[in-house]
Amino acid sequence: MRRLSRRQFLSIGGLVVVGASASQVMSALARDEKAPVATATIRYAMVIDPAKCAQDPTCRDCIDACHKIHNVPLFAPNAQGEETDKAHEIKWIWKATFEEAFDEQEGDNYATGGMKEQPMMLLCNHCDNPPCVRVCPTQATWKRASDGIVMMDFHRCIGCRFCMSGCPYGSRSFNFRDPRPFVQEINTSFPTRTKGVVEKCNFCEERLAQGQPPACVEACRQKALVFGNLEDPNSEAHKILAERLALRRKEHLGTRPQAYYITS
Amino acid sequence: MIDHLLHGGPRYWAWLAFLCVVIAIGFGCYYYQLDYGLGVTGMSRDVSWGFYIAQFTFLVGVAASGVMVVLPYYLHHYKMFGKITIMGEFLAVAAVTMCVLFVVVDLGQPSRVLNVLLYPTLNSVMFYDIIVLSGYLLINIVVGWTMLTAESNELPPPAWVKPLIYISIPWAISIHTVTAFLYSGLPGRDYWLTAIMAPRFLASAFASGPALLILIALILRRVTSFDPGLPALRKIGTIVTYAMIVNIFFVLMEFFTGFYSQAPGHMASLQYLFFGLDGYGRLVPFMWLAAVLGIGAVIALLFQRVKQDERLFALALGAIFVATWIDKGLGLIVGGFTPNPLGDITEYAPTLPELGVTLGVYGIGFLVLTVLYKITVGVREAQLSPETAQQAATAEQASPEQLVAEAAH
Amino acid sequence: MYDGKYIVPGLLIFLAVFFIPTAYTYATGGPSQPPKPALPANETQCVESKDWMRDNHMQLLVQWREDVVRNNDRTYTSFTYNKQYKKSLTNTCLKCHDNKQDFCDSCHTYAGVSPNCWDCHNVPKEVSS
Repeated sequence: MRRLSRRQFLSIGGLVVVGASASQVMSALARDEKAPVATATIRYAMVIDPAKCAQDPTCRDCIDACHKIHNVPLFAPNAQGEETDKAHEIKWIWKATFEEAFDEQEGDNYATGGMKEQPMMLLCNHCDNPPCVRVCPTQATWKRASDGIVMMDFHRCIGCRFCMSGCPYGSRSFNFRDPRPFVQEINTSFPTRTKGVVEKCNFCEERLAQGQPPACVEACRQKALVFGNLEDPNSEAHKILAERLALRRKEHLGTRPQAYYITS
Repeated sequence: MIDHLLHGGPRYWAWLAFLCVVIAIGFGCYYYQLDYGLGVTGMSRDVSWGFYIAQFTFLVGVAASGVMVVLPYYLHHYKMFGKITIMGEFLAVAAVTMCVLFVVVDLGQPSRVLNVLLYPTLNSVMFYDIIVLSGYLLINIVVGWTMLTAESNELPPPAWVKPLIYISIPWAISIHTVTAFLYSGLPGRDYWLTAIMAPRFLASAFASGPALLILIALILRRVTSFDPGLPALRKIGTIVTYAMIVNIFFVLMEFFTGFYSQAPGHMASLQYLFFGLDGYGRLVPFMWLAAVLGIGAVIALLFQRVKQDERLFALALGAIFVATWIDKGLGLIVGGFTPNPLGDITEYAPTLPELGVTLGVYGIGFLVLTVLYKITVGVREAQLSPETAQQAATAEQASPEQLVAEAAH
Repeated sequence: MYDGKYIVPGLLIFLAVFFIPTAYTYATGGPSQPPKPALPANETQCVESKDWMRDNHMQLLVQWREDVVRNNDRTYTSFTYNKQYKKSLTNTCLKCHDNKQDFCDSCHTYAGVSPNCWDCHNVPKEVSS
């Protein structure tokens, strides 16, 4: 066998070092720099009680309140005020079946108890490690360092829809056409959107800034939605999660979603 | 050199006119899309990328036509490919041009596209994809044009172009890898979330790009006096065959992982694409057509007789090109979105305006290709027959005098 | 001159096309007058001085946009009047300047600029009517 020259030894050694450090570079690139995991004093989350939600199967108060306040359009509504143009539908919060919300628990017929028959309210999970933020090429979507809300800047979005591919929850909608003519009743204190941008639930950050709770939480008569700061041990959301077992959607993906579904 | 564009037969001008009509139709459709929004396409909330991004992905692969002839020629001194390297590079230029255009027509707010550079985002793969694609475009334009200029002047190429050629080889690998990373780094899409995505992109690229290059060269042999030599084309055909075998192997590995593990997410998209899922199966006939064409062509190309017969050879390469187009330009993107993250299925089919824009972009690509190839063939033809070239030149010089004579009359 | 029969008519056509805008202006009643934007009736002062606003309102609005959307910073302190305002196009600016057509559009049309603010931001008065 040929012996290595000093030159070859050094170049192979160099390659090994570069290769070993590559994993560090990758994790540094994948990390959201603005996310202070341990230092945040506010971590907003939504705690959802599907059992309470199930008390009135026809109720859609939270959906209507949210969509009205945020000027969400209805392109082709039916008599119940539901969108029938599913391809272009825009939704910030919506009702789904258990199988849709927790497809990996599909075969689990026993442990989830009555949950399989309960409606699941779906919205943006405001992930702690959001893939949509990671893939956005313009920082038009980002995680707000102060409270963990995943924000959207409609002014900057170029409409590439990479975030929609990145989101494992189907929480994002794209404006396939000018939505304004299809907003039933425009709320003048909140903008509409232009065609060609992506939108989603913003945890009502504009209401939080004025000290109000999210519109869906306020609208729910069953009190099935509890919004709060999980970093605050006295918050109702924190207390519920301390006592009850809750599911999160697709936890295995490492996104650390912040919508919790209490089991019954 | 550009003057070669002005001399051509009726077939040349008819082809240019045809391309201009196609491009005009594309512009018309694009104007409609700009005005109305992307709702004019078949894309939806669930299948949020469609034909445009699929063509982009496929054409990144076609750009491999450059490296697959450059590498053997420059690294292994494979002299046989000497005449076709510039052709490969120019095909890559046209392909990457189309890639860029397909990304732009897919944007919801194309006027804001520069935000990508104004707010460079290092954690987005798209940022790197823009860098590698525009870099590859630039390298191929510069190298191709410099080499052609040198050839036209019958001088050796300048020394600085050699390092650029060597850079272009790993750079070509990077465009397929980074484009694969666009998909394989997304946690919620099981069909894309596979480490084999980048290798698969490379394999299908090395099959589709050179296949198209051979087909174009076979056409050029017939309609012009340019001939890269059949043995060289057959050799590239061997590269295509091996690349396609690897590509098919990779797809079969996806089948094994999905169906042996029985992991629902890894099976669902393949089930939808090849067998239909929950009663939906619009792409099933296309995927099987791709399978039959791809496997059939590979088997055919293993026989020397097929490669010797120009027609069968072209047919087999065409089959490989179509198979890779269906696999990457149709199945990969739609399959990745089906079923959606909630397990529901929304089927996708491109609309007429969407196809119009797509054709328009292809028209621009072929116009770029025609322009570059016309110049190349013109330069080569002038060298093949020095006398005729001389005659043409003297005829041009004489023309002002003729005009004066006419005026005197 | 070579090709004089092509060059001279070509030049004439070029000049004719070049002066179309001038001809159009005079044919339609002379140069247009500078706009007179309608000022709000019930308010005499803006967030900054009138002259400063005329020169800088676009930068101010872009700054407000960045502050509110990206930095959750919603209060503006006027350096001219040392007063505090809510950073909001719809809820602060348009509260006084409630007639977009006679205020915003009059200058924008004259200057030939078409800001895309209104694609999303609504004008309360237009919505209610």
